[in-house]
Amino acid sequence: MELSNLFFIIISAIFINNFVLVRFLGLCPYIGVSKKLDSALGMGMAVIFVMTMASVFTWLINHFFLSPDTGIFGYDLTFLRTIAFILSIAVLVQFVEMVIRKSAPELYKALGIYLPLITTNCAVLGVSILNITENYNFIEAIVNGISSGLGFTLVLLLMAGIRERLERAQVPKALQGMPIAFIVAGCMALAFLGFSGLKF
Amino acid sequence: MKPVAEFTKGILKENPVFVMALGLCPALAVSTSVENAIGMGAAATFVVLCSNLIISLIKNFIPDKIRIPCYILVIATFVTVVDMTMNAYLPPLHKSLGIFIPLIVVNCLILCRAEAFASKNGVGLSILDALGMGLGFTLALISIATFREILGSGTFLNMRILPQSYKPMIMAILPPGAFFTIGLLMGLINLLKKKD
Repeated sequence: MELSNLFFIIISAIFINNFVLVRFLGLCPYIGVSKKLDSALGMGMAVIFVMTMASVFTWLINHFFLSPDTGIFGYDLTFLRTIAFILSIAVLVQFVEMVIRKSAPELYKALGIYLPLITTNCAVLGVSILNITENYNFIEAIVNGISSGLGFTLVLLLMAGIRERLERAQVPKALQGMPIAFIVAGCMALAFLGFSGLKF
Repeated sequence: MKPVAEFTKGILKENPVFVMALGLCPALAVSTSVENAIGMGAAATFVVLCSNLIISLIKNFIPDKIRIPCYILVIATFVTVVDMTMNAYLPPLHKSLGIFIPLIVVNCLILCRAEAFASKNGVGLSILDALGMGLGFTLALISIATFREILGSGTFLNMRILPQSYKPMIMAILPPGAFFTIGLLMGLINLLKKKD
């Protein structure tokens, strides 16, 4: 495993294949929670945390239970991947919520309402499945999880900053609210398209 | 509640994509061609139909506290069915939809119908609701894909409709085109609504 490889994964997950703007994953929170900067920050932190944990757990589940070569059962259980992954993510989110509520009430207040929403954030299941289809090893999967979360948070914060200013802009009546948010997202996607020329 | 209204509300008045903003990720990601849009719409309709049917049948046996994980489990089962069936019979479509087939599990449209409708209503109405919502989702996908495919490759359902001399607007197939198309379509629907 080379360091340059990890570096490539980080740059790729944050900029070139940004989860929201290029892969279209996690759009619901991107549009839904980007109205205020501080709630966007809370959501972003919660997503980075859960994505990293989910990458760890789903990789281990796939490696030790589902894969026919390395699994302890020796059967090809890959057809159970979707069910196993979504269940482990749901359990994980619930568990994280309980731990944070007991150990860090302040953090819970900040993240609390966003945590349950994350179960149905397709970015989390998306990163778990991508880790497997891209054949990442354990370290690469964790790095990919963290940097995908960072990429998500980056565009969420940018979007929230823009939308706070849009509040005061004069937008045509028909485009107010969601439509203008999508058009802004389109402009951001156009900018991120520039990264696709990056070659290592 | 009138059964007909339960069916038709999903098509325009409560259209899952344009009005309720549910299931946005697949709506934008797979709408590069009309063919993909129909495939995704059919897959999602099948899953929402089956999950609404099962959940409306078992809703009285599920303890209230763990209902969401139960719904997700039901949905994930049918998604696996779709995934394997499509892989066996339509491998090219399976390949072009890629990761978005397993991601139907977390399509908020399906969980939303389970939680908001099937868990409160009977089997018949739940089926009608699922059919209407599935149809509305498919129509929304097709309308986005129509613009993107015609502008981006000059074709409709792989048939050439613009002359060879038309220079394809590549941006329409790339991600920004998806955001612009859905933003403008939503604006158009708002405009039409105000006129009524």
